[in-house]
Amino acid sequence: MSEVAVNPGSGLPPGLLSQAEALGLKRSELDLICELLGREPNQLELAVFSLLWSEHCAYKHSKKLLRKLPTEGPRVLMGPGENAGAVDVGDGLAAVFKVESHNHPSAVEPFQGAATGVGGILRDVFAVGARPIAVLDSLRFGDPDTPRTRYLLERVVAGIAAYGNSVGVATVGGEIYFEPPYEQNCLVNAMCVGLARKDRLVRSAATGVGNLIVLLGARTGRDGIGGASVLASAELSEADHDKRPSVQIGDPLEENKLIECCLQLVDQELIAALQDLGAAGLASSTSEMASKGGVGLDLDVSKVPRREPGMEPFEVMISESQERMLCVVEPKRLDDVLSICARWETRATPIGTVTDNGRLRVFDGGEEVGDMPVPALVDECPLYDLEPAEPADRLRAFADPRAVLGHDSEPEESLRALLSSANVASRRWAFEQYDFLVGSRTVRRPEQADASVLRLMHAGIETERALAISIDGNGRRVACDPYIGTIEAVCECAANLSCVGAEPLGLTNCLNFGNPEKPHVAWQLTRAVEGMASACRALDVPVVGGNVSLYNEGPEGPIYPTPIVGMVGEVPDARRSPSSAFNGSREGSRPDLVALIGPFRPALAGSELEKLRGSVVPGLPPFDLRPVVEALAVVREAVRAGEVASAHDVSDGGLAACLAECVALGGVGAEIDLDPLVHRERIDLEAALFGEGPGGVVVSGPREALLALSNRAHRVGFLAIGTVRGPELRIAAGAATIALSVEEAGRLFHSGLPARLS
Amino acid sequence: MIRPKEGILDPQGQAVERALPALGYDDVAHVHVGRLIELEVGGDERTVTARVEEMCERLLANPLIESYEVQAAGAAP
Amino acid sequence: MSARVGVVVFPGACDEEDALIAVNGTPGLEARYLPHGERDLKGADAVILPGGFSYGDYLRAGAIARFAPVMEAVIEFAREGGPVLGICNGFQVLCEAGLLPGALLVNESLKFVCRQVVVAVDSTATPFTSGCEPGEQLSVPVKHTTGRWFAPPKLADQVEAAGQVVLRYAADTNPNGSLRDVAGVANEDGNVFGLMPHAEHAVDELTGSTDGLRLFGSLARHLSAVTA
Repeated sequence: MSEVAVNPGSGLPPGLLSQAEALGLKRSELDLICELLGREPNQLELAVFSLLWSEHCAYKHSKKLLRKLPTEGPRVLMGPGENAGAVDVGDGLAAVFKVESHNHPSAVEPFQGAATGVGGILRDVFAVGARPIAVLDSLRFGDPDTPRTRYLLERVVAGIAAYGNSVGVATVGGEIYFEPPYEQNCLVNAMCVGLARKDRLVRSAATGVGNLIVLLGARTGRDGIGGASVLASAELSEADHDKRPSVQIGDPLEENKLIECCLQLVDQELIAALQDLGAAGLASSTSEMASKGGVGLDLDVSKVPRREPGMEPFEVMISESQERMLCVVEPKRLDDVLSICARWETRATPIGTVTDNGRLRVFDGGEEVGDMPVPALVDECPLYDLEPAEPADRLRAFADPRAVLGHDSEPEESLRALLSSANVASRRWAFEQYDFLVGSRTVRRPEQADASVLRLMHAGIETERALAISIDGNGRRVACDPYIGTIEAVCECAANLSCVGAEPLGLTNCLNFGNPEKPHVAWQLTRAVEGMASACRALDVPVVGGNVSLYNEGPEGPIYPTPIVGMVGEVPDARRSPSSAFNGSREGSRPDLVALIGPFRPALAGSELEKLRGSVVPGLPPFDLRPVVEALAVVREAVRAGEVASAHDVSDGGLAACLAECVALGGVGAEIDLDPLVHRERIDLEAALFGEGPGGVVVSGPREALLALSNRAHRVGFLAIGTVRGPELRIAAGAATIALSVEEAGRLFHSGLPARLS
Repeated sequence: MIRPKEGILDPQGQAVERALPALGYDDVAHVHVGRLIELEVGGDERTVTARVEEMCERLLANPLIESYEVQAAGAAP
Repeated sequence: MSARVGVVVFPGACDEEDALIAVNGTPGLEARYLPHGERDLKGADAVILPGGFSYGDYLRAGAIARFAPVMEAVIEFAREGGPVLGICNGFQVLCEAGLLPGALLVNESLKFVCRQVVVAVDSTATPFTSGCEPGEQLSVPVKHTTGRWFAPPKLADQVEAAGQVVLRYAADTNPNGSLRDVAGVANEDGNVFGLMPHAEHAVDELTGSTDGLRLFGSLARHLSAVTA
């Protein structure tokens, strides 16, 4: 680590140093704060610095690394640095999106942690002036058979449902994985997508000396005081039960009103800037707004409406009470702003003014209680270089999965086990708890297609087009190879979009990793970001925003390195987004053909099958990105041309699981022959059936259309592998034959998750 | 104190009743989950009780499915 | 000229825009919002109380909304025979207001359920089902936590006998444990109708089904006959 200059002569009072260290600051950082202030910080200033200089706010271990990601493109309207990213989706509209983690709060109190995670990501999106239209969640839990996992899963899903359903934003998709390394440290990542008129996007820079700072929404209590520094940057331990009182509580009714109120303020162009209050509350939102605008702010904390008596000024500054926003208003527009707020029953209180002195000054009535230079808070936090070192054994840090399948299991037995396994089985148990319909935009519901599809319709502008959204990541494969695993995650997400005919417009990510000060975690993080950068360049997708969640470790070790990728794409004709499932309605006439498109080269390393057998083997085969990208383009064009009846990308559980899902969801069987794949790739039967890897999409469609497609798809890989027909899935591969009735496939797929929860 | 009326299916109560034996409490039956509403109301105990009962009838409880019980906790400090 | 349908907006409403879209997509109907603070219905020919979580449903679903200022006018309108439709949370509000029999309890599963279901039309004697065939099956989604219709046995018998059960879940598809598979009930006169399924989310093939239009279409025909 590059140490910052230490001032050996400084005689800091011992109390101050121990306080600073308790707040997570290093000695060298405290020295630097003293230098920047020209004196010792008081208690309020120390609290504010400690939060703004935390990993959560300052990204001090990841900022340099993130510069490797491509962030520009012709459709980008807002990139990283704003509350959320925005891309141009035509017709004067912008799609606004971001993913964010709420891992530690959810591990401590899963219901409220997950609920406020949803609330927080919604605020990031409407802070930009966009109406939130969809939420997706990426969740990670431990072994599905432990009581702790069942408790966390039940409560996290209930929390997402309680908040998302009540606030009235559709929860349209997501993913859930169960792996032992998440046992003590579950992951809850929430992504929100919103729509805005392009000419009404709002930035967060405070401008206009003399303008007023107005606090909107809920009253301020002691919620999550110290949450950002204590909860978000410390490894979890037994003491977590004592942290419960500082957990934030969500109020979706307040948020529902706040959304309508803010969007009306934006629509009527009454505010100069808007910002949500997230981690570190007023301290961080005011400094960020001032920093972006190059101005100073005077705040009077005595004006902040309180929920509890006796709060100290520093508590008001760092409280993480939910459902609050901050806006900048010209004095002459204050009355209009207040009257709109009154209409939505939203509290609105002027608490400060914009100044030209570049300082964040905090008053408690007439008394000045803090005075800090804004650049010191936002820009001067020391950034640390990671010290990555590749470990000799990449997987040693992680507990092995429990073996539930023998090493010599027959293919049919393996497929049954996979289809009902915790990671492959249907997520219906979870998504039926979410309102995926509100807003009247949902064209493809959860499990109907590889990506969620939402009609592009906003503020009276109706289009034929749709947005496709997907969120993906597979920590186990990233643990096997952080570079290739992350490329795969990006490709998987892009493949899901291709399967509904969407072209990716932008990407958001959440990097969930362990303690970056440990060399092997630093190595995982570095390689993962490099992989993401390579994949984004190959796909020509800009990263428009994201979030980093580090120090995800429990007493038994770190989580799998888990980069989560969210993508938004554009579908030109909403009516032409096929299902993942085979279509049996044409059976009887000429049944649909089944084909495998893409340079799919399956291997068992890091696969679900190996996991069920109790082992994780590194060694993901390297692959060329270019043919994968080309194959996804071919699939996308075929979907857009209406040539295919179904499209489903090969993912967890390999080709056999993919085909079984097409059958279980379609209610119709198929006759499949995998010999062409075995010959092309020179692989064994088990690899052909259950091997995983990027670049494979199973499509079905009318014979003539697929034959026409085969000509165009030839160069990226096209294998005719079977026919949609009959009451069962029959897969022949060399000497092996699998037969599974449609009914049994449906039962295994749909009962896999609920069976584990009862 | 507001609780589901006698005889009305109370799935919340049932869920708790099913969960308790798993923690070793085998001898528990008739679990009902209700809710407690605390209010400060001025006046003497008899009129306060009558007013709160009226509030229960009109808003706080649904008399079709819920029963309620009003307890005066004594004068506020 | 189109008949005017007022869509009431309570704080915490979620599906008011969906209701507006559904009504405006029905030939012969035109929707406008009625904010909760209004004291009159602005000349509406029919009123819809849409889905959502009015006032957060923090006390009991629909309990607080029932006292919103606009509800006085809605109750008066209903008593005079005006068509009033309550969907999901709107159904809960109408039960709380005493305009419909019974009450809605938390689902047997204790969980929110969002799912496409099939309901059968049991009564065509309401302005909302008059265009349907008796026994006609409709594919519509439900999405609620508090949708289990309940009435004490005597009241339930009365409701059945008077033909006030308008919609029932098809056999084995009851999503919430509702008594006698009831999905929607009307008042004795039939002009006030509440249902848990979201008819307004079944008005476009692109987003699921169009069976909800059977209900909105019935209302349009009814209103054109009444106002002609």
